[in-house]
Amino acid sequence: MTDLLYSEEEEALRSAVRDLLADHCDAPGVIARTESDAPHDLAAWKALADGMGLAGLLVPEAQGGQGATHREVAVVLEELGRSVAPVPYLTSAVVATEALLACGTEDLLAELASGRRIGALAVALNIAAGGAYKVVRHENGSLHGELTGIADAAAADVLLVPADDGGLYAVDADAATVTPQVSLDLTRPLATVTLNGAPGRLLGDAEPAVRRALRAGAGLLASEQLGVAEWTLTETVRYLKERKQFNRPVGGFQALKHRLAQLWLEVVSLRAAARNAADALATGADVEVAVAVAQAYAAAVAVHAAEEAVQLHAGIGMTWEHPAHLYLKRAKADSIAYGTAGAHREALAELVDLPAP
Amino acid sequence: MTDAAELKRRTAELLAVHPPATTDRMDFLKARFDAGLAWVHYPEGLGGLGAPRSLQVVVDTELEAAGAPDNDPRRIGIGLGMAAPTILKYGTEEQKQRLLRPLWTGEEVWCQLFSEPGAGSDLAALGTRAVREGGDWVVNGQKVWTSSAHLARWAILIARTDPDVPKHAGITYFLCDMTDPGVEVRPLRQITGEAEFNEVFLTDVRIPDSRRLGEVGDGWRVAQTTLNNERVAIGGMRLPREGGMIGPVSKTWRERPELRTHDLHQRLLKLWVEAEVARLAGERLRQQLVAGQPGPEGAGMKLAFARLNQEISGLEVELRGEEGLLYDDWTMRRPELVDFVGRDAGYRYLRSKGNSIEGGTSEVLLNIVAERVLGLPSEPRTDKDVAWKDLAR
Repeated sequence: MTDLLYSEEEEALRSAVRDLLADHCDAPGVIARTESDAPHDLAAWKALADGMGLAGLLVPEAQGGQGATHREVAVVLEELGRSVAPVPYLTSAVVATEALLACGTEDLLAELASGRRIGALAVALNIAAGGAYKVVRHENGSLHGELTGIADAAAADVLLVPADDGGLYAVDADAATVTPQVSLDLTRPLATVTLNGAPGRLLGDAEPAVRRALRAGAGLLASEQLGVAEWTLTETVRYLKERKQFNRPVGGFQALKHRLAQLWLEVVSLRAAARNAADALATGADVEVAVAVAQAYAAAVAVHAAEEAVQLHAGIGMTWEHPAHLYLKRAKADSIAYGTAGAHREALAELVDLPAP
Repeated sequence: MTDAAELKRRTAELLAVHPPATTDRMDFLKARFDAGLAWVHYPEGLGGLGAPRSLQVVVDTELEAAGAPDNDPRRIGIGLGMAAPTILKYGTEEQKQRLLRPLWTGEEVWCQLFSEPGAGSDLAALGTRAVREGGDWVVNGQKVWTSSAHLARWAILIARTDPDVPKHAGITYFLCDMTDPGVEVRPLRQITGEAEFNEVFLTDVRIPDSRRLGEVGDGWRVAQTTLNNERVAIGGMRLPREGGMIGPVSKTWRERPELRTHDLHQRLLKLWVEAEVARLAGERLRQQLVAGQPGPEGAGMKLAFARLNQEISGLEVELRGEEGLLYDDWTMRRPELVDFVGRDAGYRYLRSKGNSIEGGTSEVLLNIVAERVLGLPSEPRTDKDVAWKDLAR
């Protein structure tokens, strides 16, 4: 049976990551960074990847990683979600790493695992596992074309690019033109990748590698969404105990209490779904259903929690100064990332034999 | 300390002396009780051995494998789950000796006389009066939503013994003999057409003081033991995927392609996901309990299942189209057991309306979550320092 709890080691990992993020990613710092020329927090990334070895959790020890599982990665992502940390963890240490694991590319795996280099899969962030994605032209040994919506490409050292010959190619970021796009989620910015005859190194077949990468990304995204939802609920409850109007704490009004209690129920339910997906990815049992269920459920909860945070904080929640908007933007972008809830429900219709009319 | 090996030895001995195949069912149950194998965590002499509760499964597994009869726990759930722990905690030695054995064997069925027409969510406002007359208490009032009252020999009863103090302070807990001539039980027909429950009218019922449970005026505290055990009994089931209300509608969807529409498909998938997530959340809660880290999620599970049961059964009625306009049977019956999924979609839809009312309304549960889990301020209380007789009604 699926283990839906956290082990003592996982809890210890959580508190270590939380401590690190408290030092690096406080809300005013994250807000200021979104408007700077360096939207990614590479110091925090270095501390996570180099200092704690977390970029290599999914990579076997023999290949230079930590040989851990998706369960531990999920805990890291919960914490990254809680602080909307602008680090390329999901994109490099999960999605690009899974693609490389599928291809068996040892040297790049070791580099990504150590955190010395950052990788990005050049597939638009909205694509679900099994969905159609854009490819570039492979011609006379070099790559040509433009790909949009590539998350964290601006921080990447190496891009994993699918081409029209069915291959997945590694391209050095220096050989590509990476142009930031003005993104809804300022803490996970998108970019356009333009290749004008860039040299690429063939890694393997794109289709299975992309499918595996996007499935793991979707399944573990649920843990990030859990972190986003948990922070927004906790912070909203804290604020409403403190905020007084009509000579009493606003959190004492039943209309608000019931909304927060409902939200709490959604968050504890999401925790079960996210743990189930992480455990399924780790054991390989029932993966497709577990990931689809988690993603069909998580988006609405994270968005609901962030929307409630803005509404219940009211005036202050609408300001640029308060971090609630960072969570709303992340939650809304996450609801599209690696497939919408609707796309995952459609996948479930096939998986559990509830066919469309 | 009695360990698993000792329990196995005792169970084998019980089976050897009273072979299930040739022993009368009730004789076997009595022998099991006397051997301390009824509920092993109860004290010796009262059906148990003072063993850890977790070891009960050792006995149950051995007995089931041997084909031994059980005490039909669903039929006597109120006795086992609510009356017994309260009697054990607050009863006199005489009460425990007299009552627990036939309670456990099912010879004597129990019911619960708590809710009243004027005291639902605000149970402590109850108005059934008990007045002391010599060695007896004379009880007058009306109780409602009493399952098994027509089968019961005994009832756990809370009644007002002092109307001049605030409501929680003036309640006393009694054990009421349902065969007393002043007790009248009437079936309470509900929206499904049947009567799972009863109304109970109490007219000059005389209860000897020896059947009081706990101190005079301490009934609210005694009742907390009963009610806490009710909540334990509601949570904690392990379900397979599609194990609940989502099972029948999924089956209908697969077997009846002609009923499918795009709108229903979207709604079905959404509810299927929510049902699966609720199942996982229940499973997570169960794993927490097993690991000895009980979480506050229990209060939330009842909320989730109530809403899902209602929405899923509502969808199923709609899915059935013309058949959804029909109902399997409106005949007035008094079923012994409640089966939430056993009948047609229409019945499921109507019966599940009770899921957000029985055992604490969803509105009260949301208050409980908000206050006890999230720590939000409690509702303003205007009834705390007011004598019961002066409350608005």
